[in-house]
Amino acid sequence: MFHGLARAAGALVFAILGAIALFLVIKAIPALHGDKASFFTSQAWGDVSGTHKFGIAALVFGTVVTSALALLMAVPVAVGVAIYITEYAPRPIATVLGYATDLLASVPSVVYGLWGFEFLIHHTIGVQTFLARYFGWIPIFRHPNADVDVISKSIFNASIVLAIMVLPIVAAVCREVFRQVDPAEKEAALALGATRWEMIRTAVLPTSRPGIISAVMLGLGRALGETIAVALIIGNVTTVNGHILVPGGNTIAANIANQFGESDAFGRSALIASGLVLFVLTLGVNLVARWVILRSGREERSVV
Amino acid sequence: MSTLHLCGTLSFRRRATDRIATVGTLLALLLTLIPLTLVVGYVVTRGAERFSGRFLTSSMAGVGPLDAGGGISAAIIGTLEQVLVASVIAVPLGLLVAIYLTEYGGSRFATAVRFLIDVMTGIPSIVAGLFILAFWLIELGHGFSGFAGALALSILELPIVVRTSEQMIQLVPNSLREASYALGIPKWRTILRVVLPTAATGIVTGIMLAVARVIGETAPVLLVIGNNNFVNGDVFRHAQASLGVFIYQGALSSSDFDVDRAWAAALTLILIVFALYAAARLLTRRDKLARR
Repeated sequence: MFHGLARAAGALVFAILGAIALFLVIKAIPALHGDKASFFTSQAWGDVSGTHKFGIAALVFGTVVTSALALLMAVPVAVGVAIYITEYAPRPIATVLGYATDLLASVPSVVYGLWGFEFLIHHTIGVQTFLARYFGWIPIFRHPNADVDVISKSIFNASIVLAIMVLPIVAAVCREVFRQVDPAEKEAALALGATRWEMIRTAVLPTSRPGIISAVMLGLGRALGETIAVALIIGNVTTVNGHILVPGGNTIAANIANQFGESDAFGRSALIASGLVLFVLTLGVNLVARWVILRSGREERSVV
Repeated sequence: MSTLHLCGTLSFRRRATDRIATVGTLLALLLTLIPLTLVVGYVVTRGAERFSGRFLTSSMAGVGPLDAGGGISAAIIGTLEQVLVASVIAVPLGLLVAIYLTEYGGSRFATAVRFLIDVMTGIPSIVAGLFILAFWLIELGHGFSGFAGALALSILELPIVVRTSEQMIQLVPNSLREASYALGIPKWRTILRVVLPTAATGIVTGIMLAVARVIGETAPVLLVIGNNNFVNGDVFRHAQASLGVFIYQGALSSSDFDVDRAWAAALTLILIVFALYAAARLLTRRDKLARR
């Protein structure tokens, strides 16, 4: 009987996930049916409730770009800090640093949002001006006036906050992965006269590659779905805009939080439709991560 | 002297690369610690301005955006009740799933369940909120309530509880189970009387970390609890407040008083989270099983 109970709990997991997919689809249908614009290619969202026009093109663009930029900034740092903690730091210091990075991971996203909105975007003006003035020839850094002395709710600022949030998650998994490397292999490398870095490059990193990839995927999933922090920092403008310093940008998740209050039944249905896209997107990332791990033949469940 | 000699035998290029790598990882460490100090430091200094016993115990009833007073009692009560109800749902269920996976696992069904738990971990919190909105509020026609928020939080808490409990139950040595079977004790009693008590400390730690993870969740709760300036102790009826939503609304407000209150609430929230986290750490340190 106990076996049956435990089995039923397992079956309930199936039911919950099935229900999530089912109800998101059912409640998205009215909006998708009544959509007067093209769902996948339109950039309209504005007043969905009045015009019944909405499309997710700009939102998907913003979601992918902010997450990609965040990973670009966070992953090298996260891998570096994980290497430092596992390979360089003396044991007691490593423990303390481990606590510190875990602490960074435990700060709720709304606190990061408040901090980004009240502190960060006031302090990145210098960096933004620098990028616009000297690297403005690169399209993504182009800005209409090279002196970006305004506080901007932009893709750039949202990505920085996302990077700070994703960093400890990726670092925690990488630390776990590096710790599992066979010490015999490391000692063998050192015995052959390798320097510490050569040991890391030849013994630690190659065996850890699938683990690092799954860590990055975990971080990507987190970045794609992050809502409140991004909602407070990004421009909430629903047009595709590749210039990351210019105020603007939006993501699927942030748009849901920002629009929810002013939406009527149709608007909410449209938001659910966009949530369905986010669900599929993160599901895809998750499956790719699993596939990478399976293909490498090592069952390594990421540590959260 | 001997290290000097050794260094002398390495080519300059190899030595330089090694140095650069060391400096690089140190730089990475610095880049991790800077945001940590900036975030925590700023929350503490800004939050301390309004933080007081009165702030924790008074509500926003009758306090407008342009008034300096008010507090977060309604938000604290709401958050605590929502997390409690979410845990009442997610913890027993999560434990059962973990027991199924470790003690009755091995079948294809168990592999599928394990896979789905992994998928569930990756669900964005806002999607959990949208699901409860679509199912509980739109389909079943219930109004805003703390309970709806608790349902959304339980979806986020469940996979965390399953994973940590599963890891702890796996640490229980098989010899204990076998000794119990040898005494003629049936499997279900062995699980309840031998396996779970042995893994108990670790499981409690996992639950505390799971609670710490969901207590500050704002996005899912924002969609389904409504929000309320008044204290509402009834999770099941009428709109409720929550700490996360309080901070979010305060940040969006154009009134400096609201922003100040949001900072003090943020300080309260990270104090709760850090306390849970520290308690979990202390428990782990005392747990013989996890230290093995």
